[in-house]
Amino acid sequence: MIRKTHPELVDPAAGNGILSRRVFLEGTLVVGATAAGLSCGSAEPLAVQPWMKVPGTGFAGYGQPSPFESKVVKVFPPPPNPPGVGSSRTPLHMLEGMITPSGLHFERSHSGVPEIDPDQHRLVIHGLVKRPLVFTLEALSRYPMQSRIAFIECGGNSLALNAPQAQPLNVAAIHGLLGCSEWTGVRLSTLLDEAGIEPEARWVIAEGADAAAMSRSIPLTKAMDDALLCLYQNGERVRPSNGYPLRLLLPGFEGNMNVKWLRRLKLTAGPAMTKDETSKYTILLKDEKAWQFVFPIEVKSVITRPSPGLALRDPGFYEISGLAWSGNGSIRQVDVSADGGRSWAPAALQGPILPKAPVRFRTAWQWNGGPAVLQSRATDDTGMVQPTRAQFAAERGFRGVYHYNAIASWRIDEMGEVSNVYA
Amino acid sequence: MFTLKPIAVCISMLTIAPAAQAQAPQLGQPIAPADITPWDISIGPDGAGLPPGRGTAIEGEAIYVAKCQACHGEKGERPKVALAGALVGGIGTLAPDKTPIKTVGSFWPYATTLFDYVRRAMPFQDTKSLTADEVYAVSAYILHLNGIIGPNDVIDAHSLPEVRMPNRDGFIPFPRNPK
Repeated sequence: MIRKTHPELVDPAAGNGILSRRVFLEGTLVVGATAAGLSCGSAEPLAVQPWMKVPGTGFAGYGQPSPFESKVVKVFPPPPNPPGVGSSRTPLHMLEGMITPSGLHFERSHSGVPEIDPDQHRLVIHGLVKRPLVFTLEALSRYPMQSRIAFIECGGNSLALNAPQAQPLNVAAIHGLLGCSEWTGVRLSTLLDEAGIEPEARWVIAEGADAAAMSRSIPLTKAMDDALLCLYQNGERVRPSNGYPLRLLLPGFEGNMNVKWLRRLKLTAGPAMTKDETSKYTILLKDEKAWQFVFPIEVKSVITRPSPGLALRDPGFYEISGLAWSGNGSIRQVDVSADGGRSWAPAALQGPILPKAPVRFRTAWQWNGGPAVLQSRATDDTGMVQPTRAQFAAERGFRGVYHYNAIASWRIDEMGEVSNVYA
Repeated sequence: MFTLKPIAVCISMLTIAPAAQAQAPQLGQPIAPADITPWDISIGPDGAGLPPGRGTAIEGEAIYVAKCQACHGEKGERPKVALAGALVGGIGTLAPDKTPIKTVGSFWPYATTLFDYVRRAMPFQDTKSLTADEVYAVSAYILHLNGIIGPNDVIDAHSLPEVRMPNRDGFIPFPRNPK
């Protein structure tokens, strides 16, 4: 972090201390009042640490994080729910950049994580195809592969914000059903071409090899567009909790459709109307109707730092950092407010900016020690702007459960404590 | 001269491969439809895929009590495991400004989904263990508890897709899906 003490360089861009993003774009800037706010007394004399005096530990077959990072873990509810049913959440407030470490990628499973022997795993493609085909993992590994960085977000992420009163939850508990990996695998269109699609086929029913045989109907257009059968996640084989040994990736579509432990693809003329596309993952509107087949994750953002549990210590310079993403394309702009949305300034966007991948945004902020409400508002390259909570409610109310994407708010109080609020 | 030939070969490979298929290794093994049957557990809303067999609510009650009630509660109204959700009741709760109770009876648009889901994913500790007759019977029991069919109505591959669910017309397309 750059700190200088030239008052003339203070560069306000919006109310309540939001500064220009030039600090990130040009690497120059700073902040006038910093020195007054930080109790930067002289540092203590430097001593040579003990770990510089003896050799360290040896090699490890598979590296682990430092034991000092043991609090950076996924969170999940204790029993009474059966083990592996429900979800574990990514600790977004403890992570940086755009990639989620594989071991911290959220998981949602309906009947636990199956332990699948890859040599015995099979993928079958059948239904409205000219040649029903079976693939082994070994065979799939020989196809031309493709990598792409993409987010997966559970359709139920952020559903806590439908509650009438803001709950005392942190960013993981509210927004932690979001992860991003570099996924590598075989294009689904390649295999569908090999099987030969019958002209009346319109849908692909995807099914997992877990005990629940989780199943979703996917439009054939998506299957032929950018669907990927993933063997690798962040360079290594897909983690069991994320679908080992084979996971369907539908970039930008709600997480539930990205079927894990993929074993079967059946081409049909119509959707199967499975449990998870009728009773779940449909959005009950203000009247008695419900939206069905809500595929894309619409434009959304969240500030991960500061956030609840990460209190501010002293007035002065802080970086506001967060993630923005859209299942419809690339993020074009993120605006940040420190006064509850009365004034906004554009944040710096950390490249690479990729379609259907999260973007890290950063804003320089001079906290004056008074109350503040931090918000972020994303816009994607289709022109869609993240709605306010009021706009969101005006369209669909708060009974929909799924696909909550309205602007979220963190309140900072005079003590520097951060809490979830509606503003 | 020696370098020109390989370049020419590369260019020709690019130009003759407009589709990935041309260069894909074609490693799928053909399989006869009959050999897929043990895996093909998808049921369509028109009943496609429903197996032979039959059951009634009367027959299904004992199966429900033995294999479902521990999580879903007596008569499906008050689940003992939160994630199990209520199976019965909630009619009328989709109305504006009410707190919705989404059950098989109040929300599910197709009865075929019940057979599909019970067969693939239930009972939770021992999935895919029920016979087709048992799945038909327990489906009939849940439909009966919701007042949708009578206690002796026979549910089978013919009658299940004919069951008219109360919220059959409750769903509309999302207006902003990609084209």
